[in-house]
Amino acid sequence: MKEEFEKRIVTGPDGKQFEVDPMKDYFCEDRPQVHQPNSNTVIEKFMNWARSESLWILGFGTGCGAIEMRPLMTPRFDAYRYGIQWRPTPRQANVFVISGYLSVKTLKRVVRSYEQMQGPKYVVGLGSCTINGGMYWDSYNTINRLDYYLPVDIYIAGCMPRPESLLAGFEQLKKMIKAGECEGQNKYAENFDWYKANQKKIIKDWDMPDYNW
Amino acid sequence: MDFKPIQILYALWSFSIILNIGLVLQGIVRKIGARVGRRYGIRFYQPYIDIVKNYSLRSSITHGVMFYLGPVFRLTGGMGVYFFTPIIYGSVYFGNFSFAGDIVLVLYFIFFGSLGMALGAGEGGHPYSAIGVGRGLAQVTAAEIPLVMAIIGVAMHYESLSVTEIVAAQQGGIMNWTLMTNPLITILGLIAFLGAMMRSPFDVVLAPQEIPIGPPTEYHSSFLGVMQTNRSVFPMAKTVLFVNIFFGGATNWAAMILKIFLLYMWPVVVGVVFPRFRVDQSIRWWYKYALPLGVVAILVTQYF
Amino acid sequence: MKELIARLKKQFKITDEVYQKPDQTYITVPQEQAVALVTHLRDYEGFNHLVLLTAVDWIEENLFQLIYLLNNNDFKADLGVRVMIDRHEATMTSIHHLWKAAATYQRELKEMFGIDFPGSPRVDEPFILEGWDNIPPYRRDFDTKKYSEETYFPRPGRTTHDPAEYMKKKLYPED
Repeated sequence: MKEEFEKRIVTGPDGKQFEVDPMKDYFCEDRPQVHQPNSNTVIEKFMNWARSESLWILGFGTGCGAIEMRPLMTPRFDAYRYGIQWRPTPRQANVFVISGYLSVKTLKRVVRSYEQMQGPKYVVGLGSCTINGGMYWDSYNTINRLDYYLPVDIYIAGCMPRPESLLAGFEQLKKMIKAGECEGQNKYAENFDWYKANQKKIIKDWDMPDYNW
Repeated sequence: MDFKPIQILYALWSFSIILNIGLVLQGIVRKIGARVGRRYGIRFYQPYIDIVKNYSLRSSITHGVMFYLGPVFRLTGGMGVYFFTPIIYGSVYFGNFSFAGDIVLVLYFIFFGSLGMALGAGEGGHPYSAIGVGRGLAQVTAAEIPLVMAIIGVAMHYESLSVTEIVAAQQGGIMNWTLMTNPLITILGLIAFLGAMMRSPFDVVLAPQEIPIGPPTEYHSSFLGVMQTNRSVFPMAKTVLFVNIFFGGATNWAAMILKIFLLYMWPVVVGVVFPRFRVDQSIRWWYKYALPLGVVAILVTQYF
Repeated sequence: MKELIARLKKQFKITDEVYQKPDQTYITVPQEQAVALVTHLRDYEGFNHLVLLTAVDWIEENLFQLIYLLNNNDFKADLGVRVMIDRHEATMTSIHHLWKAAATYQRELKEMFGIDFPGSPRVDEPFILEGWDNIPPYRRDFDTKKYSEETYFPRPGRTTHDPAEYMKKKLYPED
């Protein structure tokens, strides 16, 4: 536990002293909730169409594959024409691309960012490292299977896949969203304890609330 | 001008028209920006999809009352500017709620949105929001002075505080427009327009590369949807206002849309050509060049 | 370079010298002379750039080898100063007063090898492994494969091929 998260007595600007418990005061303790799809299938289909045609990616490169995302913004590949855009803040993003190997230290930040995103949200595992560890399968600090820590909607295999395969992966993700198959957020909420246990098993200096949104 | 309840319906109808114009124009402008960078660019109807997407997100969280009210204030600012400006001169349906002193109220509404946004973003608690708000208010304040000077100059020129009367005085051909009768104040107005449109070189408030997205850092789902709606309405409302007071207004929708399109291209062209100012550079620019020009323009309007 | 080593030999007890490349030389000195030699090289011989500070685990000899790689920009040459230290009491004098950047290397060595540098700034704080509770991972008695299999839920069905055999089968299937 870091010093800044410990209970302490603070003197306010008016001279009064009060106790601050950052874990309780600054964060919310609620667990994630399951959000059922709209019961009207026509409306839900329309919403899914809008969600699939407007994929906002969180600009967070977790590994080497972040390099493959940059060319998508350039004239050669130009992912914008498919409705794919990058957002700088997790609050506004819907797609989290885990780009390549994921070290334990990064996983902590990834979990935080993922939980701050607003649903429905989708996780794309890019590269072999997210599937079975890839060439880092026996490393002491990179995870082997991403789906033990986050609900993954689609994997793009390769080491590293070319930007074209990334585009093909996004097209496949769109099809899945339109078919209503991407309910990763609800899966995360339903199996919350299992995901948390797996995360806490490897993130040993857990100094944040269980669900930080 | 006496008020009739049916005007509310008319105003909502004209609002829906301007919303669509704004969204299409936003898409087209982003497409132009992409083509300048040799990209294919987004589909022109992408802003519609983004708005629907944001409204249809399932979860959203709040940081408090002001966080809720921020986007609402912002949209109120945009709609306020729009609803008190007459759109089509002489039209019963698209006169909105314009009245004798509407230009003062409109000026107030232009600033209102920024203040509401500042309060809301401040409650979001993200440091980048605070930086964005600080830069934004500093720059808006600096850019507001030439804007107010331009509008007051026009009011002095026509000796009226009513947009309808100002438009009426400009009817009868291009030679009667403020552009021709008082070019200096029009130049000042066009410069102030750059600052009001939040485009490059005066878009350091959002600065997606330096401070991720600025004030709306914490905003998401329907909050962001409201703000996106405003982002298409507010520039349109300001453009309509400027068309009215500098370029002779319009007597039908075709003329109005053409004039909106041409005037909207002005900040776009400037934005594509010129890179972004830092906030200290832009404030200095406003005080060094725009402010003296404003003083000169007002003096010229008054004494010549 | 050989003249330099000959000059150094008069002052320091250099036990071994390796002329790896024309611009790369390694010398070995005892632990107690290392910092003095590095300081001398920096102040009098123009080796004023610390390229890196790293370690090698000689588990069979029960030793750690520290390497201070220094660069002289005037004659474009690197000189590596090797120091053997005891593996069980892995402690070395800090050189953060010579180069500030050395503190970061020493922090990393403390975390990855468990070599202590008393007095170095922030040396006890975690560097990249947050909350590591095992033996330092770069020590050779740490089995990364076993650790990974126990910790990170390996996906079953992984097979390993010998690259030479595999490519032979792939390229010349008739043989």
